[in-house]
Amino acid sequence: MALDSKVPKGPIKDKWTDYKNKIDLVNPANKRHIDVIVVGTGLAGGSAAATLAELGYNVKAFAYQDSPRRAHSIAAQGGINAAKNYQGDGDSTYRLFYDTVKGGDYRSREANVYRLAEVSANIIDQCVAQGVPFARDYGGLLDNRSFGGVLVSRTFYAKGQTGQQLLLGAYSAMNRQIARGKIEMFNRHEMLDVVIVDGKARGIIARNLITGEIERHSAHAVVVGSGGYGNVYFLSTNAMGSNATAAWKIHKKGAYFANPCYTQIHPTCIPRSGDYQSKLTLMSESLRNDGRIWVPKNMEDVMAIREGRKKPTDLSEDERDYYLERRYPAFGNLVPRDVASRAAKERCDAGYGVNATGEAVYLDFASAFERYGKEQAKIHNIKNPTAEKIYELGQAIVEAKYGNLFQMYEKIVDQNPYKTPMMIYPAVHYTMGGVWVDYNLMTTIPGCYCIGEANFSDHGANRLGASALMQGLADGYFVLPYTIGDYLADDIRTGKIPTDTKEFDDAEKEVTERINFFVNNKGTKSVDYFHKKLGKIMWDKVGMSRNAQGLTEAMSEIKAIREEFWKDIYIPGTADEMNPELEKAGRVADFLELGELFAKDALMRSESCGGHFREESAELDGPQKGEAKRNDEDFAFVAAWEYKGEPADAVLHKEELEFKDIELKQRSYK
Amino acid sequence: MNLTLKIWRQKDSKAKGQMVDYKVTEISEHMSFLEMMDVLNEQLVNSGEEPVAFDHDCREGICGMCSMYINGEAHGPDRGITTCQLHMRMFNDGDTITIEPFRAAAFPVIKDLVVDRMAFERIQQAGGYISVNTSGNTQDANNIPISKHAADEAMDAATCIGCGACVASCKNSSAMLFVGAKVSQYALLPQGQVEAADRVQNMVAQMDLEGFGNCTNTGACEVECPKGISLENIARMNREYLSASLKG
Repeated sequence: MALDSKVPKGPIKDKWTDYKNKIDLVNPANKRHIDVIVVGTGLAGGSAAATLAELGYNVKAFAYQDSPRRAHSIAAQGGINAAKNYQGDGDSTYRLFYDTVKGGDYRSREANVYRLAEVSANIIDQCVAQGVPFARDYGGLLDNRSFGGVLVSRTFYAKGQTGQQLLLGAYSAMNRQIARGKIEMFNRHEMLDVVIVDGKARGIIARNLITGEIERHSAHAVVVGSGGYGNVYFLSTNAMGSNATAAWKIHKKGAYFANPCYTQIHPTCIPRSGDYQSKLTLMSESLRNDGRIWVPKNMEDVMAIREGRKKPTDLSEDERDYYLERRYPAFGNLVPRDVASRAAKERCDAGYGVNATGEAVYLDFASAFERYGKEQAKIHNIKNPTAEKIYELGQAIVEAKYGNLFQMYEKIVDQNPYKTPMMIYPAVHYTMGGVWVDYNLMTTIPGCYCIGEANFSDHGANRLGASALMQGLADGYFVLPYTIGDYLADDIRTGKIPTDTKEFDDAEKEVTERINFFVNNKGTKSVDYFHKKLGKIMWDKVGMSRNAQGLTEAMSEIKAIREEFWKDIYIPGTADEMNPELEKAGRVADFLELGELFAKDALMRSESCGGHFREESAELDGPQKGEAKRNDEDFAFVAAWEYKGEPADAVLHKEELEFKDIELKQRSYK
Repeated sequence: MNLTLKIWRQKDSKAKGQMVDYKVTEISEHMSFLEMMDVLNEQLVNSGEEPVAFDHDCREGICGMCSMYINGEAHGPDRGITTCQLHMRMFNDGDTITIEPFRAAAFPVIKDLVVDRMAFERIQQAGGYISVNTSGNTQDANNIPISKHAADEAMDAATCIGCGACVASCKNSSAMLFVGAKVSQYALLPQGQVEAADRVQNMVAQMDLEGFGNCTNTGACEVECPKGISLENIARMNREYLSASLKG
């Protein structure tokens, strides 16, 4: 099947408006006869469910958590971008579009990104109307901050809990529809397969996680908004339950999976402390507005710090290497995430890591305390303030901005970040790759849509900070509700989809057999045993820097673990009860396939771009020496993989990327 | 460190539960409490026993899923954190730790330490929203100036994670801190004023229907709340409720 992105013709700034004017609509009376399933209730799924229900469709929404409000969008900290230009610093729809395409290292689809930038301003209006308490200045207007990879302040925020507040906004919109009976909410349910009838997605098989019951749900369209697959690494900033099962199941039933190797390793996370570690915690990128990243210049100081003979605060300015400011003077500490992560790895690989594991760098707020403190002293008319007073005043400002993050850090690390610099190290955070979708957000299965982090469309090879929330809400509130109508317009006479058909029987049988296998297999190893093994291979060989040999090894090693898994897995308990081990087993089984495709994709893409760094493809000399080297001639395409049984047999389909409105350039932040 | 754990085990909502003793060894002080539970569960799985079911997800204190009652306190002995952020450095070698589910008539136990908090969902559905369509055709966000003070206060109320620690800590199993926080968030913002009277009445009515107790101003909820939601929110809800009732 040839990939058709269905991008409308015409100038980029008119595409979306013209398209919306021409697509088919479903009249309100007919919407009442159409059912839509939404899997996942984060920013994308939650906002889509609420909006589709408002429009009049009958929505069934599914979440594995006990409430839609607990989806992992809740943990997003820093903010959400929008081209409002409230700060008058030269922002515009075009500039947000440009920054996002450049930030994604020219591997995203122009038309999708432009549309994202176009609707971004509406998101802020919408959320304020819903009562989202964004930060404000003293005049009562909305405040902004700056994020990596851009030169304007366009990020709206609610302290360090922006994702929480936006999700609670979408959740409140859902609650309004649940109360009206327009959304039927299925908490503690997990989608285990999609049901295809006459080539169209017409329902799902789900498991009730409390009773273990297998349920059939039919609909005229299925929307998957189930998030990313970062947990393929075992350790990531994702929630423990975050999984790729819904996305992987639709892949196995015909949806192409695009660019799995594009993964974001976030530069500012709390370093790991031991083998028992279950997850990693992010420290928001917004901290890089005020924090400066450094390691000691001299190896003697590194050793002294590791052995506890010196404290970081003992080192004078000229004994410190602010390596981001040194290497990237134009963007400094606010380079994009992929660049910042690789730079941290480079210093730590060279031996300059500042903790016992050698995998940590400092994020230091001392100069922010001083800068804000002096400003506050002026505002409050304090003459000749002491250094302590300045520090105190400055700390109060930093606390107001990032207090919850500082508290979180202190609770985990047991060090006071107001007194000593934070230690940070990169960790897996977000996956730009995902299910391939066209301009309508429809997958290669008719009637099956994919939104938010679960799809591949908007971030190319690297996502800029504060763009995930923007994309999730844009897809759910403003894009999908229009485009899905064009498809559903043909379904007004279809009537209810029956679930007592062969297609549902077959899908349910497949799901039940797999569950029965798990609970009956007489293996010896726990799910976590396999998950940790997979994670280690992914991190070591498919992590921040990759090479052909490592990737080839990773593919065969993952295959071997998968075979061992299916022989030796042990699941206690039964299928007809709440059984967390059983839930994990299904998810890890899918990760064991996805991981191999991930490595295969990374092996195929022998260029470096965004978060995907191939050691073979770096600049060898000149001012950009050591930086990633993209290869536009051979790789300016989306790699969409078709499932053929074994992940290694997946077939590659290419969607060529055209850049008509932005000139392809080397991405320089120097 | 080596620890003895006394954990509530209950097969399902209908079964009779009981406290069961377990031993864990070589627990690092840097582990989180849930990582210690992971160690126990791995141990149980490897010896062919059923692991302890407990709710957890984000493990960074924001999703509100985790819900253990540890040594008689919701989310354990530390302050301003959820169970997932509790670290073993709060305990000593040789300690016995008692771990129970959040207990309240309105939060029935599903299994072991997992409880059903659907009552919170129904309260939110009764009015925890502003009735605005998600069309995006609202006015420009900056057309509604909101004083920084009101916005900050609304934000403080909005940080509630809906975990239910307030209910578990209250001798009356009252949900007034939870409901008060949601009512306050909207009451403090101009966007929420239009429906304020209906909202507070509907949410309080649902709260009563769910079987949560009343508030007797003990303040345990505020102390145990991982997000430091203030008792002022209960006072504000009471004012809102009174004025809504007087308006009829």
